[in-house]
Amino acid sequence: MATGQSLVLCDLRQEAPLALSVFIGQCAERLHAGERLLALFGRSEEGGGIRATAVFHSPEIPARLTVLRGQAKAGEHYPSLTVEHPAAQSLEREFWEQTGLHPDGHPWLKPIRFEGARQQQMGEYPFFRVRGQEVHEVGVGPIHASVIEPGHFRFMCLGEKVHHLEIQLGYQHRGVEALLLGRSPWSLTPLVESICGDSSIAYAWGHCAAIEALADMPGGLETDLLRGVALEMERIAIHIATLNGLATDIAFLQGGGTYGRLRTAIINATQRLCGNRFGRGWLRPGRSRGLAAAQREELLKTLRDFAQDFAGINELMLASHSVRARFQGTGTVSETAAREIGLVGLVARASGIAIDARSQLPGRLYDRHPLPMLTESGGDCWARMSLRMREVEASLNWLCALLGDATLDLSTRHAQHAQPSTTPPALRPHSLCVSLVEGTRGPVIQALETSAEGQLLHYKVQDPSMPNWFGLALAVRENEISDFPICNKSFDLSYCGNDL
Amino acid sequence: MFKSISVRRSQGSQYIPDPRQAQPAGFRGKPLIGEAACAAGCGRCQEVCPSRAITLSPVQIDLGRCVLCGDCELACPSGKIGFDNDFKLAATEREGLLISAARPHIDPVKVSAELHKRFGRSLKLRSVSAGGCNACEMEINALGNVNFDIGRYGIDIVASPRHADGLVLSGPISRNMTAALQICWDAMPAPKLVIAVGACAISGGVFADSEGVDRRFLETVKPTLYVPGCPAHPLSFISGILDLLGISS
Repeated sequence: MATGQSLVLCDLRQEAPLALSVFIGQCAERLHAGERLLALFGRSEEGGGIRATAVFHSPEIPARLTVLRGQAKAGEHYPSLTVEHPAAQSLEREFWEQTGLHPDGHPWLKPIRFEGARQQQMGEYPFFRVRGQEVHEVGVGPIHASVIEPGHFRFMCLGEKVHHLEIQLGYQHRGVEALLLGRSPWSLTPLVESICGDSSIAYAWGHCAAIEALADMPGGLETDLLRGVALEMERIAIHIATLNGLATDIAFLQGGGTYGRLRTAIINATQRLCGNRFGRGWLRPGRSRGLAAAQREELLKTLRDFAQDFAGINELMLASHSVRARFQGTGTVSETAAREIGLVGLVARASGIAIDARSQLPGRLYDRHPLPMLTESGGDCWARMSLRMREVEASLNWLCALLGDATLDLSTRHAQHAQPSTTPPALRPHSLCVSLVEGTRGPVIQALETSAEGQLLHYKVQDPSMPNWFGLALAVRENEISDFPICNKSFDLSYCGNDL
Repeated sequence: MFKSISVRRSQGSQYIPDPRQAQPAGFRGKPLIGEAACAAGCGRCQEVCPSRAITLSPVQIDLGRCVLCGDCELACPSGKIGFDNDFKLAATEREGLLISAARPHIDPVKVSAELHKRFGRSLKLRSVSAGGCNACEMEINALGNVNFDIGRYGIDIVASPRHADGLVLSGPISRNMTAALQICWDAMPAPKLVIAVGACAISGGVFADSEGVDRRFLETVKPTLYVPGCPAHPLSFISGILDLLGISS
């Protein structure tokens, strides 16, 4: 295993899973020691038991991913981790919803997405109630006014002021994890690209890396470089879509017009490289789609032209008093709160927490071609907006440096596995592979477990949005209800990534 | 002030003058199925297809299911399948989306005189995502940007179903959205129509086999226009709707 690798492969043949109480005890110890719980999930075993998995990010140097495994009887109870570590709240809720294992004392035990037998029971969500003579509730959704995914927001207000927002998701649940077990692991990528369609590249990369690790056919540095290029193109495109939305939501029309046009330039460049504006078909396990010299030159020119216009509109937006008036001090999540509730990705960085897998688990690619760790301290809509601008600039600089470096060959002439093989290799039996890719919103985690025959036994997907939705609920507290749209847009979380 | 003018100057004029004549460079659009004979017993294209869009002997691709991933092209040992950048993929009949060597083109969208009269100068649409992955939704949003600018043809996305003439459906219809979708449809005043956008809405796409999907809504309501793709390209949407309503570009 390379230093700081964002992938871990476990041999499960000699595995001795811990009893549930010991497993949870060790999880609590790690949380006390400052480790971050990235994922907590389980699958049913033959005979009715549950095999549980927890993935931690250890802060020691070098940072790494560690995996804990546990075993439980169906319906078992355990002391909830959330009581002392609120960051575990969404993970424990999902763990309960998917396995039936009950976290005793969990303060907010409600379904994450209404899956399995709970489907179509959306009307039975146990909303928190704020009581009081002048308290009123405002319900919005699942269908919203603009073109956006469905979700229900319930505001508990006193006049214009929001005391609390409760977010009910699950409307987008379409059974992704079950479908991922229904096909050959080598032809899953188009489905993986549709788990969260605006993060196709982040998902496809994590998927390809896991399949390749399980098949003992790791790609070369060149493959990583090409995938890294694809990922930063996606980050630029999605951050700009968010900036466009932020500008439109406060009627800063020049921003809306300009960011919209700039995004088109980026996604059309992506289409020229791989046939699709969202990067679909670009990444496949065991294969690299190279950049011919002419394509590389054209992409470089697109990015340089883009950089100039992007800087211009950013300057205008940042200097505008009306933009400042709406965004500064609106929707603030303090660093303490962000840490406590376990925010990840961009929204955590906007609250001053330095977490980014590209820097902390760099692996081969980012060891040689590092990206800076960017943070903002404000934790408000302004911080989240400015950080998106700075992240786009960093991605642009990184891409231009890479594409302009004549010593780097990106044509896949030397790629170890440029040719698709007709008979795909078997996957390692009795193995668990966890991959992590820092997508636009944060870490995209995928965990694949194989059976004794090398078949996929479990495929767990976790979008960075799942732990972050609660951050949005905290951000709007004590804000005016009319500021909700900009708070929501500044987070720009995924519904389908949460709902699976 | 000067900065604003300079940004505006740099923006220039970005609209696509005639969307029907656009040439989206690199777009993997309409499948091309050649006359080359398949190797005996070969079904590689069908094996790799993520959405059961391909049937064999003869090879036929259902664009209502196809996600345009291009994996069949790479898998085919005989070079029988390819794609070009033709974005005119929309059809008014579900069967019109089948492509084979003998039938290389999609049935062109027929102008409806009735729809032209009623909505040719103004069509208001309500978007409902029912299990969509946010790619079709982002492309539907892009219809209104300065490049595609669908508003110039009198076509707009509106906030309320009460104001809408048509429902733009994206996603495979997740079970958890069936009730909300029905309520939205019932709230729209007649006459009204449905536009199915993307492989998911047309056939379920890569999610067609999922237990989390319930497509019975489309047993009672037949879409007036099918816009294939994964996601559907804005040009496919615009050219399809302009053809349907008989709007010149």
